[in-house]
Amino acid sequence: MHDLNNLLLLSVILCNFFTLGSSRLGACIRVVALQGAIISLLPVTVHGPTGHSLLLGVGALALKGIFIPWLLFRAIREVRIRREVEPLIGYIPTLLIGALSTSAAFIFAEHLPLVAEHRDSLFIPTALATLFTGFLLLSTRRKAITQVLGYLIFENAIFILGVLLAEALPLMVEAGVLLDLLVATFVMGIVINQINREFSTLNTERLSALKE
Amino acid sequence: MIGNALLHLLLLFLLSPLLLGVIGKTKALFAGRWGAPLLQPYFDLWKLARKGMVLSETTTWVFLAGPLIGFAVPPLAALFIPFGALPAPVSFSGDLILFVYLFGLSRFFTAGAALDTGSSFEGMGAAREVTFSCLAEPTLLFVLIVLARLAGDLSLGAMLGPTLPLSWHQAGAALGLALVSLFVVLLVENSRIPFDDPNTHLELTMIHEVMVLDHSGPAFGLILYGAAMKLFVLGAVLVRMALPMTYPNDWLNLAVFVAGMLALAVLIGVVESIMARLRLIRVPQVLVGTTLLSAFAMVLLLRQ
Repeated sequence: MHDLNNLLLLSVILCNFFTLGSSRLGACIRVVALQGAIISLLPVTVHGPTGHSLLLGVGALALKGIFIPWLLFRAIREVRIRREVEPLIGYIPTLLIGALSTSAAFIFAEHLPLVAEHRDSLFIPTALATLFTGFLLLSTRRKAITQVLGYLIFENAIFILGVLLAEALPLMVEAGVLLDLLVATFVMGIVINQINREFSTLNTERLSALKE
Repeated sequence: MIGNALLHLLLLFLLSPLLLGVIGKTKALFAGRWGAPLLQPYFDLWKLARKGMVLSETTTWVFLAGPLIGFAVPPLAALFIPFGALPAPVSFSGDLILFVYLFGLSRFFTAGAALDTGSSFEGMGAAREVTFSCLAEPTLLFVLIVLARLAGDLSLGAMLGPTLPLSWHQAGAALGLALVSLFVVLLVENSRIPFDDPNTHLELTMIHEVMVLDHSGPAFGLILYGAAMKLFVLGAVLVRMALPMTYPNDWLNLAVFVAGMLALAVLIGVVESIMARLRLIRVPQVLVGTTLLSAFAMVLLLRQ
């Protein structure tokens, strides 16, 4: 079970690297969906197939693995963009920063006063590395849709942290978080359309100018 | 010891062109053709060996040294690598550095021979080859460092030795990442498809092929044979990492190794059939990515 968890978390990190290095939006959305599907397995592999963990897993899979990616695909079909052009920091530098921050997350997690059972697992460092990845995507990409992906990755990281607490956390809280995520993505989907209609581009930089 | 070394060289010399044949056959079958016979690379080598050779008047000894060193290096490097469970004939602490830079030496002379012709076109190929291999080198070294740390030994013979199954058990994730990175290095170093197309003679996209345009006859045969052996040697490292088991029966070990090499050739053929060549500017991006991947494998190890 321990090995399986580590394998899942490792593939989460690989998904992080891919989204940082790829310029194709479609592939990025697919990989983020894959990441969501992977982490939705975690509650079951960590806590066993109890009703609580199954519900959490199925809910996460339905939202993060299927519904939200479908929404995003619809969004990029409507605004007709395929790739992120000229990010604020290039792909190789973001990939390098991502790798450095992942290593830093691993080193940092070593020094945290964790419970003994979590000390050897990859949960905490993976969650921290995924958080950094989400931050990086949010801050270095110009297109609103990639920023939504950054937000999703960010949420995935919080989910990974939450899995460790799944016993203590009531199901309602988890459900609320997932619902928040859904609403946020929904709203962003609408915002993306609006930005596109106003400026005929998706660069969020245009939003910083208040007047015409 | 001597017998082992001879067996190593025999395997290398006899089987390496077969890998190219298997790759070609796989690609042909994927394309719905019957393809050239499996032994075609042997026929090609034999044909080239009997041909005459044209030497440009402007070239010097470097032009001939390229093919010769490219041919001599892989058998030397093969002596440091265990072929399956067959132990490496020569092994000393730190031979991994020698292994990596033996190939560096052959690359230097191949590029030198290309520059020696004075053709600007071949110079371009040499520049590309050197650029990509300098990007692939850190990945290879990181992979070897991962292996060295797992085995606690700095000789390739011990790193790819009987401790490997235990390492897979202890640090399967790190070894898996290293294996994937090594596969990418194998494709780059042997100029296989996502990075370079060995069949193309279209000028703008060629990397390795462009450097050997002026070689003909036996010298070109040596280059092809050397390239096949290089694929075999690097492939042997990969196969040993992927199939680390050792059986008591020597013949069984040998069979597992040969089967692994053939499976690797089929895998390369499949990759070449289903992937398109990467654009040149994308290649460094991928190589930096694999460097990070292998570095990350090492970070995983350091944690333990």
